Amino acid sequence: MPAQCSSCTEKRAVLKRPKTGHSLCKECFFWAFEEEVHQTIVAAELFKSGESVGIAASGGKDSTVLAHVMKLLNERYNYGLELMLISVDEGITGYRDDSLETVKRNQQQYELPLKIVSYEELYGWTMDAIVKQVGLKNNCTFCGVFRRQALDRGAVMLKVDKICTGHNADDVAETVLMNVLRGDIARLRRCTAISTSSEGEGVVPRCKPLKYAYEKEIVLYAYFKKLDYFSTECIYSPNAYRGYARTFLKDLESIRPSTIIDIIHSGENLSVREGVKMPVQGTCSRCGYISSQALCKSCVLLEGLNRGLPKLGIGKHHRLHDKILSQQPLTDKEERKLKPVDF
Amino acid sequence: MAAPIEIHLEFGGGAELLFNGIKEHHVTLPSQSEPWDMKQLLVWIQRNLLKERPELFVQGDSVRPGILVLINDADWELMGELEYQLQDRDNVVFISTLHGG
Repeated sequence: MPAQCSSCTEKRAVLKRPKTGHSLCKECFFWAFEEEVHQTIVAAELFKSGESVGIAASGGKDSTVLAHVMKLLNERYNYGLELMLISVDEGITGYRDDSLETVKRNQQQYELPLKIVSYEELYGWTMDAIVKQVGLKNNCTFCGVFRRQALDRGAVMLKVDKICTGHNADDVAETVLMNVLRGDIARLRRCTAISTSSEGEGVVPRCKPLKYAYEKEIVLYAYFKKLDYFSTECIYSPNAYRGYARTFLKDLESIRPSTIIDIIHSGENLSVREGVKMPVQGTCSRCGYISSQALCKSCVLLEGLNRGLPKLGIGKHHRLHDKILSQQPLTDKEERKLKPVDF
Repeated sequence: MAAPIEIHLEFGGGAELLFNGIKEHHVTLPSQSEPWDMKQLLVWIQRNLLKERPELFVQGDSVRPGILVLINDADWELMGELEYQLQDRDNVVFISTLHGG
């Protein structure tokens, strides 16, 4: 028989929280979930009264719950924020066009202004076109890099002070695992930060209010509150590296649910020995966006796409960037390295 | 001998794609001497309803990690998970969390 709620002890419990092991009824769960996001926001001082905040919305479960909770907390606790939705259209037929319909519905349900920016208008390339050139592997690299910039551009167009994204605890833990597996010490140090530091031309500070919220709870919150969200896997994602980290993390969670928060905690407390070489933040010499190399990743990827050398952004070809910047021709051997692989 | 029992199944969060896109299923589990439990239900679902890619739904004896199970609107972890014995008119929901947010 189901247990009684461990908080109010009156109603029957509907879920067992992975974070704490407590059993909670629906209302106590809603309250606990919302309060924890509120505490996350307050403790990290994510927002200031009077700011305008763009909520990155994809129509998926995380961003739908984020929009709902942000609106609710803004009203309940008088954050004094002006909220808006920003959505990115990557041009993935059958996936993004459907989820954008969900965002448009969210716009009406939550009565928030919405701005949609598309890869087509920003870069001249849809993801469908990119995948045709690049193939089914490594295309997530393009999408992730372009999306980051696209969100910033949308935020600048809407003139918002901050962006918030729906990244949840599972996402952050997966990223920590991925960076460990790839030996990417620079990213490993940054990836658990709840907000980004804000310097750079055209870069809007962003934060993750749902950083400590478990994916399971987000899904159950949306389910019990009957929130409208779109739930299909991106058709190009099955080969993404993140999938391995996710499977591993899910297996760990089923053995010991606190693992997810524990991994985030480890990531946050990582310290790097002195003398380890770290990239320095500068700006892209072509577009001025923030970059640790001469050319930002976005420019490199676009250059590769436009010249029919799609592997230009994949793997380490830093020495070739100078050649490309100065418009020098590449040798045959260098060109072959960068061309798509023939199957 | 237990009587046959009617179960209302729901699939969401993308899990319905493994079942021809149909989210709701009313099924009748045939009568048998032992009461039906969740473990047997999973086997029954795999045999009778699952249209493709069983590895995306079940793993070993249980559901694939990342698929949430609710029995009568309550987390199955509170109900005994695989050992829960099904009753007539029970509502079982499977929600997949394995997709972008």
